[in-house]
Amino acid sequence: MSAVSKPMEAQAAHHEHRDDEGSKTGMWLFLFTEVLLFGGLFIIYAVYRHRFGTEFHEAAHELNKVMGVTNTFVLLTSSLTMVLSVGALQRRQVAASLRWLWVTFGLACCFLVIKFFEWSAKHHHGIWPGGEHLHSMPSGEGLFYNLYFMMTGLHGIHVLIGMVVMAVVAARISSGHINGDRFGALEYTGLYWHLVDLVWIFLLPLFYLTN
Amino acid sequence: MSGTNTGPAYTGSYLQDYGSRRGLMAWLTTTDHKRIGIMYMVVMFSFFAIAVLLGLLIRLELMNPGLQFVTARVYNSLFTLHGVIMIFLFIVPGIPAVMGNFILPLHLGADDVSFPKLNLASWYIYMVGALMALASLFVGGGVPDTGWTFYAPYALRSNTNVSLAVLAAFVLGFSSILTGMNFITTIHRLRAPGMSFFRMPLFCWGLYATAWIQVIATPVVGITLLLVVMERSLGIGFFDPARGGDPILYQHLFWIYSHPVVYVMILPAMGVVSEILPTFSGRTIFGYRAIALSSMAIALVGYVVWAHHMFTTGISDTARWIFSLLTFLVAIPTGIKVFNWMATLYRGSIRIEVPLLYALGFVFLFSIGGLTGLVNGALATDIHVHDTAFIVGHFHYTMFGGAGIGFFAALHYWWPKVWGRMYNRKRAMWAWGLIMVGFNTLYFPMLVLGIMGMPRRYADYLPKFHTPHLISTIGSWIIFAGMALMFFNLIRAIKHGAKAPDNPWGGTTLEWQTTSPPPQLNFATPPVVTTGPYDHTALRAAAAREARP
Amino acid sequence: MHDSHTTAGHAASGHGHGGHGHGGHGDAKHAPVPQRVFILVWVALLVLTAVTVAASVGFPGRVGIGVAMIVTPIKAALILMWFMHLKYEKPVFKFMFLSAMVVLAIVMGLTFFDYSFLGEGGYGRSI
Repeated sequence: MSAVSKPMEAQAAHHEHRDDEGSKTGMWLFLFTEVLLFGGLFIIYAVYRHRFGTEFHEAAHELNKVMGVTNTFVLLTSSLTMVLSVGALQRRQVAASLRWLWVTFGLACCFLVIKFFEWSAKHHHGIWPGGEHLHSMPSGEGLFYNLYFMMTGLHGIHVLIGMVVMAVVAARISSGHINGDRFGALEYTGLYWHLVDLVWIFLLPLFYLTN
Repeated sequence: MSGTNTGPAYTGSYLQDYGSRRGLMAWLTTTDHKRIGIMYMVVMFSFFAIAVLLGLLIRLELMNPGLQFVTARVYNSLFTLHGVIMIFLFIVPGIPAVMGNFILPLHLGADDVSFPKLNLASWYIYMVGALMALASLFVGGGVPDTGWTFYAPYALRSNTNVSLAVLAAFVLGFSSILTGMNFITTIHRLRAPGMSFFRMPLFCWGLYATAWIQVIATPVVGITLLLVVMERSLGIGFFDPARGGDPILYQHLFWIYSHPVVYVMILPAMGVVSEILPTFSGRTIFGYRAIALSSMAIALVGYVVWAHHMFTTGISDTARWIFSLLTFLVAIPTGIKVFNWMATLYRGSIRIEVPLLYALGFVFLFSIGGLTGLVNGALATDIHVHDTAFIVGHFHYTMFGGAGIGFFAALHYWWPKVWGRMYNRKRAMWAWGLIMVGFNTLYFPMLVLGIMGMPRRYADYLPKFHTPHLISTIGSWIIFAGMALMFFNLIRAIKHGAKAPDNPWGGTTLEWQTTSPPPQLNFATPPVVTTGPYDHTALRAAAAREARP
Repeated sequence: MHDSHTTAGHAASGHGHGGHGHGGHGDAKHAPVPQRVFILVWVALLVLTAVTVAASVGFPGRVGIGVAMIVTPIKAALILMWFMHLKYEKPVFKFMFLSAMVVLAIVMGLTFFDYSFLGEGGYGRSI
């Protein structure tokens, strides 16, 4: 211990004094804010579905069910690979952990690509916030599509942020900063990612399976 | 975490620079919760001063009937700006960000909050939000004129800088969320050995309840404000009746946050009062658990009363009576606090000091605010007073008379700890007297005006309202003089005040056990807690031991 | 090793006095959950998704929506409990999560005291 240079010693001290449960508490609190952020949109959805039930059903017919369900499959699987990555790192299997993490990243990418095709098909028909066709729709259907774009859009932004975080975490696992002794960052990324999955689980029946 | 600084200044005052940076840079890069608290203080009181001046202008315009100084349009911008600055930049983040940051770790016996870097980040995010709010004055369509509530559909149609102001509120909300997360984690994880939840000082309980509201309620308004921006830019129609949207839904979502946030303002102030009363009564607080738990109860009930802001908007009758009933429930935990405070004073050995005066002022003014709140909470009377000056009077009694005066109490109570200097006692008492007299002269006539039928947010009025308006404006000058004297006195003390002892008031909580000002890491030896927070017998016994030769 | 680090840490950083904040390993980490448990949860999630989709296609309307309303929270619970590890966390985490959800549910429910009863008493707004 005495042979270690000063900054290293400080780092070691830092290491031992980290409060994992505190960090986890902070992460869960952050997740609550995310839930409530989407919660506001869910309230709006509930109110307008209550008011425009028929129009919502009409509009939902136009959404591509196959793409929605495929994306659910992709996201559920990415949640699995994420949790496998965390489990692998806990067992100090760094290579396996990295592999699963990058698979998760790939699946997230896949999700966004499918989403992109779905959105562009709609965009093609003028169904887009501020788009012509959307504006000329009956109020209820217009609200449905605007809600669809706001909610899947906000969700998509979260997927994107998740991918960035995953890439950073992967780099830090490669460099050994995140390892079998301190894997908090990976664990919390996982928590975030599962939440993104969780939100999508609710979006699926609300938009794609409404008829 | 921050605390890897070692060096000669380890036990010196936190006000001295340590580490490699000096001067302003040392402050701007600090992760010390005390310095961050001071940084918030400087910025917030600057904004407070601006908003006070805007308030004076509003009062000046209302001194006489007719339009004297500003047009109706400028008047709209004046009260919008006054409201936005006071609410979003001062009173909501106020006590938690300034006094909470400074005192919470000291109260818990910790050397910092759980996430010091995040704490600094919150300050920067606050600054970004504040600058955005300022920028909305000067760019584009000019100062927003919607009122601080940004109600749809007017907020969707106004050509002023609503989008930027709304984004600023969103960013400020984000800062508030991060502070809340930090405080909850700190309270869960960094209490000194032996300090159970029910041995925490009541200020910490106030902050704890507040932090939960910040975390759970703020995101709802965050998304709502973002949707206002989307609505203005893309026309998504959620709150726009022309597209099938419901403007009342905006009000629901807005108040789902903004009512709980009223308790973000008041709970920390109640915590401050719960600290001051036992100290200057020389005895433990009456009903510790009742006060602690009533903070949580207020936070919880605060979530379920929001629609009482909307009784006249055409919400359903069922919603109206349910929310009215729920609103009256808030009076219960609030009453519990007030009665316990009074019971604490009863038969205490009371010492009249400036913080106690402010605390008593808080109880008096906030009681008026609370009781006038019941008038608004009752359906029948609310129809009569809604959107009148009565509402303006009511919420100034709660927000300024409550949260604001509570903040002043906190400043006077902890000023010696923060700066290691005492302020002039006599001058502080004069300032207190002016503020109390000015306050009631300023706001009580508004209650009367409201009952008479004077609407709020109007630049002009009928001659029959003249006298109360004139009295109110004179009151605004008195309270301004009082606050100017108060700030002069406090600021002067930083340089010229007498050196403060470590425990000038005979307080029993942990912050008084360290030096004034505290060292960088708060405590020379980490404290261990063996009793409740207000154990004056132990303090007296210790004093007696020291006095013995 | 542990002890020497901790003592040195006290001197060097002054962080984390005595009774708290130390030894993250001891109190926050558990033996890892076997990986096959996660795979089982994943299979369950896929099956439940299939059930929801099948119900919505085969029985559009009430039944489909009813199935979705029952199955979706179950899926969410599976993710929360196993993937997000909530099952193995201390009660305080479960309590905090539950409180946040309860608040959201209450808020949503109270909003509907307005929207479900609009129109009665002549005060309803018609849009």
